[in-house]
Amino acid sequence: MAWLDKAWIDTALEAMTAFFLVAGALITFISSFGMVHLRDFYLRMHGPAKATTLGVGLILIACMLYFVLIERTFHIQLLLVTIFLLITAPISAHLLAKVALHQKLPSDTTTTGAPSELREEDVAQEPDTPHPEVPGSGQRHSP
Amino acid sequence: MLIERCLPRPILSMILMLVWIMLSDVITYGSVIMGAILGIAIPLMTQRFWDAQPVVKKPLRLLRYTLRVMVDILLANLEVAWLIARPWRRPRPAFIEYPLTLKRDFSITLLASTISLTPGTISANLRLDGRSLLIHVLDTDDEQAVIDEIYNRYERPLMEIYE
Amino acid sequence: MIGIALWISFFLVAMAIVLNAYRLLVGPSLPDRIIALDTMYVNSIALIILYTIWLSTRVYFEGALLIAMLGFISTVAVCKYLLRGDIIE
Repeated sequence: MAWLDKAWIDTALEAMTAFFLVAGALITFISSFGMVHLRDFYLRMHGPAKATTLGVGLILIACMLYFVLIERTFHIQLLLVTIFLLITAPISAHLLAKVALHQKLPSDTTTTGAPSELREEDVAQEPDTPHPEVPGSGQRHSP
Repeated sequence: MLIERCLPRPILSMILMLVWIMLSDVITYGSVIMGAILGIAIPLMTQRFWDAQPVVKKPLRLLRYTLRVMVDILLANLEVAWLIARPWRRPRPAFIEYPLTLKRDFSITLLASTISLTPGTISANLRLDGRSLLIHVLDTDDEQAVIDEIYNRYERPLMEIYE
Repeated sequence: MIGIALWISFFLVAMAIVLNAYRLLVGPSLPDRIIALDTMYVNSIALIILYTIWLSTRVYFEGALLIAMLGFISTVAVCKYLLRGDIIE
């Protein structure tokens, strides 16, 4: 890739690498900081589900740019890690939320809306409409 | 006929080949051929485990939807990071029951993943009857506004694409 | 320029892992600990990538990929276990 061998391209790549590195690390740090100071589990879930993915994604992009800078090669393997993290983050967040609802973790007092999953009294009846394809799904599954 | 027999899932085959090429980190004849072999062999071997393939009715809209979600992910992350970075500001969380109009499992999965990745919302539970989705919102005043936004921005395009 | 950025990022990511470890040790409930571990492995991917840049070698890319896959699978397995009391039904 001879067309890349220009001085200003090197400078631009270096600046972009440094910027993405610091931005990614900052976002990663902020989301972990949120996990410490937020008040209930449902709030703490938001940091890792989104911000960590973006932060690590930015660091991976910075690494790709760095290897373009020093070796003039694109390492698409790093792109695979980024895509993998993007696909898996919502799934693990959803599962964790399900676990928290299953264990009836208390939500913060300022939370508006009371889902029937968290109410104690009508757990047995919920959900009231059975699934058309699953016989007996009107009753809540007992572990 | 033969092509249909050998490639029961063309999209899956293509994705498998691309993933193999990315995994081996180089684009050479070897990696492309090996990717093609895997892309043909794996769908044939696992064919019996797959559900019916969803039909994309409007590919161009799917592309636009993907781009929109990408931009939203970026903005959402910055928004959430900015919210978390100020501990003295108390967020106003809420649980919202979102009424689903989508019917198919695949499009519901896509919608739930999109909700989890975009501004301050996480899909927490799909009710067993498949008619509503429980969403936890990080910071909101107006629940109806959140529901309307999700409907107009994500659910209606998905419905046009897949159902 | 990259050197300074690298040191800043090393510091921030390491601090992030320390905060995760705090939540892992303290975390009042079980899901708190799971999510702390989940975040910790994603942060460790970031740390490995930073180390890769520091050494200018590509040998650790596979390591990052493996941690991403195994971490996700273990999170899902633990969640499934807590939800249903069983992993493979």
